[in-house]
Amino acid sequence: MEYDLIVVGGGPAGLSGALKAAQNGVRVALIDRQEQLGGQLVKQTHKFFGWSQRYAGVRGIEIGRRLRDAVCAEPRITVFAGTEALGYYPDNSLLIESPSGVSRITAKTFLFATGAQERMLLFRGNDLPGVYGAGAVQTLMNVYGVRPGRSVLMVGSGNIGLIVSYQLRQAGVTVRAIVEALPQVGGYAVHASKVRRLGIPILTRHSIKEAHGTECVEGATIWEVDDKFRGIPGTEKDLDVDVICLATGLTPLGDLLWQAGVSMTYVPELGGFVPIYDENMETERPGIFVAGDAAGIEEASTAMLCGEIAGLSVAAKIGKIPRQRFEEERNALAQELSALRSGPLSNKVRTGYERIRALVQGRRGR
Amino acid sequence: MTGLRIEEHPILDFPKRKKVKFFFEGREMEGYEGEPIAAALHAAGVKVLHHSLKLARPRGFFCAIGNCSSCLMIVDGVPNVRACTERLREGMSVERQVGRGPSLTGR
Repeated sequence: MEYDLIVVGGGPAGLSGALKAAQNGVRVALIDRQEQLGGQLVKQTHKFFGWSQRYAGVRGIEIGRRLRDAVCAEPRITVFAGTEALGYYPDNSLLIESPSGVSRITAKTFLFATGAQERMLLFRGNDLPGVYGAGAVQTLMNVYGVRPGRSVLMVGSGNIGLIVSYQLRQAGVTVRAIVEALPQVGGYAVHASKVRRLGIPILTRHSIKEAHGTECVEGATIWEVDDKFRGIPGTEKDLDVDVICLATGLTPLGDLLWQAGVSMTYVPELGGFVPIYDENMETERPGIFVAGDAAGIEEASTAMLCGEIAGLSVAAKIGKIPRQRFEEERNALAQELSALRSGPLSNKVRTGYERIRALVQGRRGR
Repeated sequence: MTGLRIEEHPILDFPKRKKVKFFFEGREMEGYEGEPIAAALHAAGVKVLHHSLKLARPRGFFCAIGNCSSCLMIVDGVPNVRACTERLREGMSVERQVGRGPSLTGR
């Protein structure tokens, strides 16, 4: 069976892209390696701020449920859950491994919405069991109902570090401290105050020095850091923790993009190597589109909008919708997107996207 | 099961699932059918899942989404199974893996 579009990744970007495309007449195959669609939304118990009245005050798990239900009710979408993408081939096929075995599916276009992975931090003992990525802690508690341990040191005070600290408390786990190497808290003030009201100290200009333990984490030492993030000897404090949770950022999962030969570029503001793509979310390999964290680390609201733009662009590219209607709809989505990115906390990603835009325009001018 | 299972939560419900028995290093253990092996082991207090290739350092799970390869275990004799995504079934035999694990071809 040939599809018009294969979407790899059933998180907020992939689900939104698949829906938008299918609603415009595109026949879609959606694959995800997890059995439950939703990506990171399945573990996000906090309420979203939303935008333009969309999803305001709705919990991530509920947004995931709505998108999942819509995708499953859409006759033009075939879902391959519990299925991994093994490789892209230039004859426009994708090798996949599903519970029933390895097979190949083909399509005219692709949307790679493969998400991100956690970033590691360098310190002694960072490989001990008990050191987890923040996403893993969220999965373990909010999806599987198991506490990661009894007492946690959270490293990083971005929104993920703050929200996961709050969620740990909801699950009955003690959070000893949140350490932040920068002089100020990274995440939104509303999340930080919530965490402080619970009595969890946020220590800025602090980082982890080492993890203790032989078989697994039995404690941690933190210390103050200077302006260059170097530890200051003599400021060490020992914490009695059995879990060290790293919320030190994400980096795009670009394996499939690299393998498919998409042009990539290093943009630190977007989390590392990202694909080069235009305003329609299309990469320099025609017919391969990207959206979500794989295209640059941001958050679920912008991922859904970028997914919609990609889905719409696919519909236009294969002639399912007229050019003019496409441009009108895309411009409206792009406007919502720039409104979402207008706040001061989006300075970094805006710089990142401007770099990509400049690169694309430079190449077009040549 | 130890106190690591969340019984009450202000937002989430964890529906009761079927309990199954499985074997970890020959020891009989209990978990819920269909949950990842690593979740059942973690709830039973087992944090070390694997020993690293060069220095045989203990490894637990790190990413919990089948991405990082920190949790590779031997399941029913098959090495390199990702314990953080592989679902638990009645009677499964689960063992810690050292390095790449045993060769299936006997070499």
